[in-house]
Amino acid sequence: MILNASGCLDALTAPAVARELDAYMVKTITLEPRAGNPQPRLAETDFGMLNSIGLQNPGVERFCSEVLPRLEELGIPLWISVGGAEATEYAEVCARIGERRAVHALELNLSCPNVDPAAEGAAKIVAAARAATEAPLYAKLSPLLPDVAGVAKSVLAAGATGLSLVNSLRGLALDEWTLEPQLGRGVGGYSGAALRPVALAAVFICYEATGGEVPIVGMGGVETGRHALDLIAAGASAVALGSILFRDPKAPVRVRAELAEELGARGFKHPEEARGAAHRPQSD
Amino acid sequence: MPVPRKERRKVAGSERVGVYTLLRFERGGLDAGVPGQFFMLELPGHIVPRPFSICLAPKGELGFLIDPVGPVTRELCELERGQEISLFGPLGNGFRTDVDRPLLVGGGIGVAPLPYASQLMGKPPAILGFRTRRHAEAAKLVPKAEVCIEPMLVTELIPAVPMDVLACGPEPMLHAVHALVPDAQLAWEAPMACGFGACYGCVVEFEGESIRLCVEGPILNGRPPVLPILNVSEEEKAE
Repeated sequence: MILNASGCLDALTAPAVARELDAYMVKTITLEPRAGNPQPRLAETDFGMLNSIGLQNPGVERFCSEVLPRLEELGIPLWISVGGAEATEYAEVCARIGERRAVHALELNLSCPNVDPAAEGAAKIVAAARAATEAPLYAKLSPLLPDVAGVAKSVLAAGATGLSLVNSLRGLALDEWTLEPQLGRGVGGYSGAALRPVALAAVFICYEATGGEVPIVGMGGVETGRHALDLIAAGASAVALGSILFRDPKAPVRVRAELAEELGARGFKHPEEARGAAHRPQSD
Repeated sequence: MPVPRKERRKVAGSERVGVYTLLRFERGGLDAGVPGQFFMLELPGHIVPRPFSICLAPKGELGFLIDPVGPVTRELCELERGQEISLFGPLGNGFRTDVDRPLLVGGGIGVAPLPYASQLMGKPPAILGFRTRRHAEAAKLVPKAEVCIEPMLVTELIPAVPMDVLACGPEPMLHAVHALVPDAQLAWEAPMACGFGACYGCVVEFEGESIRLCVEGPILNGRPPVLPILNVSEEEKAE
């Protein structure tokens, strides 16, 4: 299963790209509208890019009245990323959108590096969201957590259906001459190739910690079918494409074809057969 | 409006124009678009492509004016004839060119989209401002251009009579032009990672509105945007 990472595609401006995904992940929605962070919001750095968008979104009310109906018309299964400053906000957004027919799952953004973190812990937010909706809930965790497996277990105990691993790292780039931060907000989210081994490790650790029994959406620097296969082998049941979509709108088609080839070359008929392959004892 | 495509294209030529470089590519199957539209240019070894407005579109070619101010622009200026990079476009809304009393106004590298506009609009009057005489050599790309060098500013040369202004330049210049000619078409700029509405990197606030420049711009008060941008598959495009 191939999705986009939240905030890396707009299905309304690029429906041809969204139609090539198994599900379209809607950019994070919060209870109130958010204008986002000041310019500049983007910077390129070695091995990755920095973004500082700041969860710009129209708020759940306008999203439901103006955006969601148009997304539903596309006929693509929708996953919606949900954000907030506190657990009650997450819960209210989940309650408003969780039961819409086109909405297949909600992803709780518990780890955006571009906004102040919610005051409560991840498990409390998940529990509040779980009380508000019966929709499948994926907890999106940061790779910066010192004990990602521990947090994964706590959000699953609180009612999460699965895990989304990982969000971007926090990063900084300075201007060549002024030596001031290139981004308007200073630090931003670091994504791209550099995130790959970090994401792979988080998926690997969480798959092991959860006995391979929960769905995991793996993401972070996926650019090719081989990268997708690595995440699957580490334990991902689905893979999301992030910043690669910015420069290669054909990535969903290409990565899917490459993944099929990579699986076939190793004797796997289906991605599920390769899931967790990294955890099996090596044969001689 | 033309359908954007992404293709690898060869450099057809590269000429110095003062401090700038006019980089020309073989056009291939790419559409030249309308003045004020842009292409994303992707250099190997770089993660984020960069937007450049169409400067000139001679037969079979696409030209971009580059100011070598950072690593990517410096590398672009060093590309040689025959080297190949990816071009994705045309993107953005573009200028409205069917205006009655056109006046082109450009500042610095903001002169970039004006040669193409001038060509398609029958060489209307133009006012161009630059930091130095060396920068001002780019004025030769725009026929009938009146040129000023700092400390003189383009706004000092805009006539008091009503004109349909198409402007591109640094933000302070655009604000000043807007204050003088409220209905001017303004080519705005912000860092952009995708060019088709995905990244939200290029959002600016203008008159209380939040605008994604790649989708609803880059020309504020320009042509109405045509959405969606990527609506047909490659197979459908080929048919």
